[in-house]
Amino acid sequence: MADPMKIRAQMKGDSAEIRVLMNHPMETGQRKDNAGNTVPAHYIQAITVDVGGKRVIQGQAATSISRNPVFGFRVKGAKAGDKVVIHWVDNKGESRTDEATISG
Amino acid sequence: MKHRLSMLMAATVMAAACAAYAQQPPAKSAITEEFEKFREVLEEDNPAELFEAKGEDIWKHAKGPDGATMAQCDLGLGAGVVKGAYVRMPRYFADVDQVMDAERRVVHCMVKYLGYKEADIRKQPFSNDRVTPDHVSVVTWVAGQSRDMKIAAPRKHPKEIEAYNIGKEIFAYRAGAYDFSCATCHGADGKRIRTQDLPNLRRPEEAIRAYQGWPGYRMTGGFMLTQQWRMNDCFRQQRFPEPTYLSDSITALLTYMTVTANGQVYKGPGIKR
Repeated sequence: MADPMKIRAQMKGDSAEIRVLMNHPMETGQRKDNAGNTVPAHYIQAITVDVGGKRVIQGQAATSISRNPVFGFRVKGAKAGDKVVIHWVDNKGESRTDEATISG
Repeated sequence: MKHRLSMLMAATVMAAACAAYAQQPPAKSAITEEFEKFREVLEEDNPAELFEAKGEDIWKHAKGPDGATMAQCDLGLGAGVVKGAYVRMPRYFADVDQVMDAERRVVHCMVKYLGYKEADIRKQPFSNDRVTPDHVSVVTWVAGQSRDMKIAAPRKHPKEIEAYNIGKEIFAYRAGAYDFSCATCHGADGKRIRTQDLPNLRRPEEAIRAYQGWPGYRMTGGFMLTQQWRMNDCFRQQRFPEPTYLSDSITALLTYMTVTANGQVYKGPGIKR
């Protein structure tokens, strides 16, 4: 299974600031290894973010995103104590779901 | 006569001003300040945390062939004590009768308690874009447990003093195709390589710059590198033969540099371009 994400979620004024660090090689499929063989593409394709049981982000990602990427966003209407659930799926069908609680 | 006297006086005043200036640490250039801002922004979300998490998992949950865990590992403050241990190494360890730096000690413990093979670790001591050796993650976690603490490497035991003195000597030792030493680049104020200012590692307030940010996450390639790697790379840049991994000479060099930086605050694992 893929390695866990690091999620930070904190209220800033009337919105929640959520930042997530994902553990992923994000291979583009365009690189070659030392032997000259193409390194197969391996990247996150879809990301969803649920806050307090409500889907706030449903997004697509592709090969232009770095290895071990960081995403940050603000969610209006969220409150301290809400649960944040982040989920990704990559092109090999591997996936990972992690949770955090918004702090005050 | 009066004219000559005033000239002489002016020259004396200027010499005094130069002397005062020379004692000040060099002013930061605009470029250095921009780099620092850039680094600050990145430090907020440093992927090094992902490696800290992996290291913590190994430290707390991995078991050796006979059920031993890293809780038995003494980093100098007692078995299993990790908080503040990183900034108090390199230090003398009585059980091995040797001075060890953090990475060397962590590898020692992983071999002793978790059943890792030293030969395997030596085969792949550093990370690349495909592999992060387990001990690199553990060192990253151990370093993170000394975040925002003052560096306080001991220099009391005769072997610690010896390591410091040898390190000081290595720092100034000129050799290789370019007749280089560490001090060629890091022994005077105001040196730079391309746009990067080079710290004078003989000054405590600048010696911290060789310590700060390691272990570091390198964005180019996206992997975690340790201080041992950094020392290897310095040797490579000087066109020295590649040092043996975890050798006495690197520990000595790290002892010298860490002791010089004593009293400065360590910010934890860093991020590098």
